[in-house]
Amino acid sequence: MAKSNKPLLWLPFAGGGLVSALITPALILVTGLLVPLGLLHLPYDKLAGFAHNPIGKLILFGVIILPAWHGAHRLRMTAHDLGLGNGVLVKGACYGTAWLVIIASADALLSI
Amino acid sequence: MSRRPYIRKVERNWFLSQRRYTLYMTRELTSLFVLLYCVFLTLGVVRLSQGQAAWDGFVTTASSPLGVIFQLVCLGFAAFHSVTWFAVTPKAMPLMIKGEPVPDKTIIAVHYALWAAVSAVVLIAAGV
Amino acid sequence: MSETITLEVLRYNPETDSEPHFQSFVVPYHEDWVVLDALNHVKDHIDSTLSYRWSCHMAVCGSCGLIINGEPKLGCHAFVRDYRGGVIKIEPLDHFPIERDLVIVMDDFIEKLSSVKPYVIVKEEKPVSEGEYIQTPAQLKVFKQYTQCINCMLCYAACPQYAMNEGFVGPAALALAHRYNMDSRDCGKDERAEVVASNEGIWECTFVGACSEVCPKHVDPAAAIQQTKIAASLDWFKALLLPGGKK
Repeated sequence: MAKSNKPLLWLPFAGGGLVSALITPALILVTGLLVPLGLLHLPYDKLAGFAHNPIGKLILFGVIILPAWHGAHRLRMTAHDLGLGNGVLVKGACYGTAWLVIIASADALLSI
Repeated sequence: MSRRPYIRKVERNWFLSQRRYTLYMTRELTSLFVLLYCVFLTLGVVRLSQGQAAWDGFVTTASSPLGVIFQLVCLGFAAFHSVTWFAVTPKAMPLMIKGEPVPDKTIIAVHYALWAAVSAVVLIAAGV
Repeated sequence: MSETITLEVLRYNPETDSEPHFQSFVVPYHEDWVVLDALNHVKDHIDSTLSYRWSCHMAVCGSCGLIINGEPKLGCHAFVRDYRGGVIKIEPLDHFPIERDLVIVMDDFIEKLSSVKPYVIVKEEKPVSEGEYIQTPAQLKVFKQYTQCINCMLCYAACPQYAMNEGFVGPAALALAHRYNMDSRDCGKDERAEVVASNEGIWECTFVGACSEVCPKHVDPAAAIQQTKIAASLDWFKALLLPGGKK
């Protein structure tokens, strides 16, 4: 047996778990309830301005990709628990989605 | 005398066999909804980067009945993730202060306070 | 007639049975009996062929682990009175092969337990004349909880990851590894890491937490494993960042 390289996958999972536990419900509350109910507005200028600021970019990037990685890694383990195995397909679907989120959000944020 | 150990197979639906396993599986499945919402958020920033019209379109999608239902389901699972994550944090990260262990309840309470504070910041930043 | 209670016991005779089956026994009900007493009654008065392990009858030896009404428990730690008016279903520990009746094959556990080197490893053995390896009460407190393990294997019977991943080192062995890693007298952390921080070690654990719930000695293996994950992750990054760092 040899020491595993799992820390590379696991530390961002654990960090993302904390970040998502702290912030994801509030984000969904805004985009999924308060805005649809008309209690809040997310005007383009304000948000684009926030995303234009380097710190704003970093915050948005963090609150998207850390929970995404957390979800992807945990989903991969859950797929195994469900008897779907640990194959390339499962890994590809989970981590692939996370990487898509990372690349697409980085690309979008850098262009704002 | 001959040995012939009998090996029992794990049922595919083992997680339904006990309440604690079902709760565990529910906790683990929060990951799917956290991930899906992140994909949705990514769509949001992509639309944001494409200008006013694209962003307004995204807000309309998010506010559509289907968008709201999807997000409310995500909200339920995300909140369950928060609650279960905080509940086990003292186990993973026990704290010793001056040689005395900090009670689990205190560690959990601090996390709930942090959760409230972060949520308040998000709501204030969003303009409540 | 005085009160009785029914036991449904999983029987398996490797010489005659193709698979296990339940057999019912009606035993006297006693307020102060534990399930092990009821099994002893069966063995002494009803069916002497019933096989099961036990020794101390006081939750110290860790021999009488059973699945009682679906829950991993020590036979000596489960009172018959808690099942009054019902049937007590008794099965061998889950996730282990059945040798005979309630006796399981524990070779896999023993092998994994010894693989984590569950003993104090010192850099240099010193002669007795040089005295003891001193430890303060505060240093003891850090790991004392994890010393309570009696190797009863209830945690293995509760762990779905052990059931699904043959190689998984499992809760008790990893908790004991943590116990020695946290011991101020010990220097064996790196040796243990070969097993503990391998893919079959802590990384198979998904923090189900069932191990800690069923532990009769409140060892909390789940906590030990998560703490080891954090420590192993930090070690891994340290080794990566520090040139010439330990592998």
